[in-house]
Amino acid sequence: MTEPPHAIKLGGVTHRYGKTLALDDVDISIRENEHLCVIGPNGGGKSTLLKLILGLVEPTEGTVQVFGNSAKKACRDIGYVPQSIQFDPLFPISALEIVLMGRLDHLWLGNYSKKCREIARDSLSRVGLEDIDNKPFADLSGGQRQRVLIARALACAPKIMMLDEPTASIDLSVEEKFLDILKELRKSVTVLLVTHDLDVISTVGDSVLCVNRRVHRHSLPMKPETIAEIFSGSHRIEHDRETRHSHGDHSTCEHD
Amino acid sequence: MTGKPGTLTEIIRPANMTDFIHALQTFPLLRYALLAGIFSSVAFGVVGSFVVTRRIGYIAAAIAHSILGGIGASIYFSRTYDLNWLTPMVGALVSALAAALIIGLISLRNKEREDTIIGAIWAIGMATGLLFMHYAPGPGVNLESFIFGNILLTSLSDVYATAVLSIAVVGITIMFYPKLLAVCFDEEFSRLRGIKSGIYFLLLLCLLAVSIVLLVRLTGIILAIALIVLPAATASKMAQRLWKIMVIAVVISLFCTVSGLIVSYVGETPTGPVIVLIAAVGYSLIQVWQRCFSRS
Repeated sequence: MTEPPHAIKLGGVTHRYGKTLALDDVDISIRENEHLCVIGPNGGGKSTLLKLILGLVEPTEGTVQVFGNSAKKACRDIGYVPQSIQFDPLFPISALEIVLMGRLDHLWLGNYSKKCREIARDSLSRVGLEDIDNKPFADLSGGQRQRVLIARALACAPKIMMLDEPTASIDLSVEEKFLDILKELRKSVTVLLVTHDLDVISTVGDSVLCVNRRVHRHSLPMKPETIAEIFSGSHRIEHDRETRHSHGDHSTCEHD
Repeated sequence: MTGKPGTLTEIIRPANMTDFIHALQTFPLLRYALLAGIFSSVAFGVVGSFVVTRRIGYIAAAIAHSILGGIGASIYFSRTYDLNWLTPMVGALVSALAAALIIGLISLRNKEREDTIIGAIWAIGMATGLLFMHYAPGPGVNLESFIFGNILLTSLSDVYATAVLSIAVVGITIMFYPKLLAVCFDEEFSRLRGIKSGIYFLLLLCLLAVSIVLLVRLTGIILAIALIVLPAATASKMAQRLWKIMVIAVVISLFCTVSGLIVSYVGETPTGPVIVLIAAVGYSLIQVWQRCFSRS
């Protein structure tokens, strides 16, 4: 019997920036259509983990595979949603023009095709923004900007969605809508979501990846104290009992 | 009788307030200046919009100053080895493109060192230019005309060159507009979609280099940066889409160049500074207008 296919697989990955160790000996595998929240203290290596999977940085040691290919080759299968705060708010671009960037790989010369425009409009309506396609980026609210970036990732027709703190700049009412969007992706897309938001963690994930130089997987639900400790960085991150058990390590189990 | 040195009226009969149009018909030189001004306005309106939205005005300034190196070298070598084809404009184009590529590659590979390199290229370009001009055989070089521009040096072949380069700049921008827009807005995401974003950034800098070379005759290397940045900055206050900013910037550039020519002809003043000041007045007006009348 063959194993269910892995969407993402990191084997013995270590990454250093100069002498600073960002990630240390990371082994994780994520199955297709799994939904994972990525948590951890600031500076713990969350962004580095995302960048490794996106192929934006090469690991110092170890291998990163996405759908059995190198990360660089597979980056077109990934819809990436960066934080909306990192963009120049005055940049003269419309919502639709941003979403169309998701179709950049279908463009050679001149302008986007009709079909690409249709896909982009469709992506905007999936995040509930069908009527603002011509609005400039500068005139959008924080929540709208974030949703436009999600629509852009959807326009890529991705097999994996990676979102970097998408709820950081939006209010509660928008957050609900955002969670609905994620639920809709449940069946068809692998999701990796960096967040500090406990509500999101409890609603979205199948399990949680804790990143603090080392990466470990915890099943949900997690104890609130554990999460608090992870954010403070004081917790020595290890696999929880259940995960160890499923990996054949029974040392912490009470049964025999 | 001739007017003050360095002005349009230096070799053309002193102006008679009303007959700029008549003078255009009579003096080919004025016609060349006007045509070169019109063609290059289109190029730097388009490229200036990229510069303002991508916030790379300082790179534009470094490229502009490094051009002096190419001008000096071309004068030195053409006089020493009798190379007629090696005009200052050829030297300017080569050095501008070289500076653009060097700054671009370093900015892509080594972000922390970017400002150091920009400063270095700025100064090295000027220093080599001055040395080459010092050692060039023959009569002394009129440095001022390169630094502050001298539209009287515009020849018919300059007009052709300006037209071709402007068409190239606009054509390339239209062909690659969505990609250039994407790379300017979000370089990382573009790379993830399989776009070689580094190449497009370099392409943008090369377009910038060409536009600056077009400005050397008009405003000289020191004032060039103003005409690249000011019309586009004014336009960026009036529109929120890049292509609209480009169209408005081209119109503003055309207005500045043409009115600058007329004013400097009539007022017997050097052309470059007048054009730049008209652009600066436009930018100030839009700022004041926004302060006083914008909502919120």
